[in-house]
Amino acid sequence: MNTLSNRHLTGIRDLKESDIRLILKTAEEFKEVINRPIRKVPSLRDLTIANLFFENSTRTRLSFELAEKRLSADVVNFTAANSSVKKGETLVDTVNNILAMKVDMVVMRHPHPGAPHFLKERVQTQIVNAGDGTHEHPTQALLDAYSMQERLGDLAGKRVAIVGDIRHSRVAVSNILCLQMLGAHVRVCGPKTLIPKHIASLGVEVSHDLDATLAWCDVANMLRIQLERQGGEDRVPYFPSLREYQARFGLTEERLSQIDHPITIMHPGPINRGVEITSAVADSEHAIILDQVENGVAVRMAVIYLLAGVR
Amino acid sequence: MDSHVLIAPELFDRIIDRLAHQLLEHHDFLETDLVGLQPRGIFLARRIQERLKDLLPEVEVRCGALDATFHRDDFGRRQHPITPNATDMPFLVEDRRVILVDDVLYTGRTIRAGIDALMAHGRPRSVELLVMIDRRFRRELPIEPKYIGKSIDSIDEQHVRVHWRKDGMGDYVELFNRKPE
Repeated sequence: MNTLSNRHLTGIRDLKESDIRLILKTAEEFKEVINRPIRKVPSLRDLTIANLFFENSTRTRLSFELAEKRLSADVVNFTAANSSVKKGETLVDTVNNILAMKVDMVVMRHPHPGAPHFLKERVQTQIVNAGDGTHEHPTQALLDAYSMQERLGDLAGKRVAIVGDIRHSRVAVSNILCLQMLGAHVRVCGPKTLIPKHIASLGVEVSHDLDATLAWCDVANMLRIQLERQGGEDRVPYFPSLREYQARFGLTEERLSQIDHPITIMHPGPINRGVEITSAVADSEHAIILDQVENGVAVRMAVIYLLAGVR
Repeated sequence: MDSHVLIAPELFDRIIDRLAHQLLEHHDFLETDLVGLQPRGIFLARRIQERLKDLLPEVEVRCGALDATFHRDDFGRRQHPITPNATDMPFLVEDRRVILVDDVLYTGRTIRAGIDALMAHGRPRSVELLVMIDRRFRRELPIEPKYIGKSIDSIDEQHVRVHWRKDGMGDYVELFNRKPE
């Protein structure tokens, strides 16, 4: 198979295992492209892509924009902060207005879970989900899988721990689905308040003990503690203090020194240095955090290139 | 399948030999590199590289593999997209003389994409084209090879296939009267 089975990427749920493998294989060739003296290919020069960001994002938007430009697509950017959305325009109207200007593909981030699914039923364009609320972030999961595979080879049988704020994380859900399709074992680890009650129904193990989890896993994907969700004056915080979180769930050199097997450390960024991970660990040879960023561009090029090839 | 052998194995080896000697008339390979086009030109490029090694034992003849999939002009126009192959260009072609190698030349569009892809690896001083089979009269672009294994006159429905053997023994070329499924 050299074509995707779906013309949208709204979530990892849209993909079959063969799709994921095709994306990862194609990303390898694009990684070679972005390391050439001229990092650009003309494949998509007759395609126009709109990046619609209804929620703030720096690295994902930059990564998508670079991926699109390196495929020679024309790119238009839209951020909700300074748009007609503020004037009360509906999502479907906003997107239809943009499509009326002859746009072929939409990359969107939205604070509401399911927004891309809602949209794909109602507008005539291809949709790539760049994060919808706490639901899915499929390209992050694909680039994480690619980065793990680059370091560890085939992921079948590998043990991956996702640590931290699982409750608010779209990265966690997409990662779990993607890794399981590739045959890896997944465990989530964090304080009880930050782990959704029914997460085990996805077939993952649940742990509240970081040291035991580190001893178990080949890869630890440390999620960001979303400080903005730590409760305001009218909300009860999810854990007593950052200091306590750091003491129980922060990845430190001391914790790493207890492990007697090789381990790979990942983080989707942005990092809270000194909270979920110390600087020394984030900059150590175990960490592949910057590789993840580089691979993000190659994987997004592969996703857009392959989707553009679906009739 | 209705087909016949265009170039039998013994003739095939002689053609490789001739192509290598023709290249040596014009190049000493101190400033010249071979670049094979993926997926099948790379086999021919390696065969010629091996032959040149015998003829020029003191010179290191370099051979790269170039994939032109992302540079094609028919993206989105084909029923099924072409799967990209690996590009392996361990050297820059900046100011080098390049022999671009492919197995069959037909419309010229793959070569056009190949030249485009090559430019991402530097600005070569010159580019020449070497092909095993030149299907004349069906060119869609003004592209002509300088070194030719064999020129053939064929019609559109026909299909030419170069069979490469892993050990390099017994390669041959087959002409089908209809394109195989």
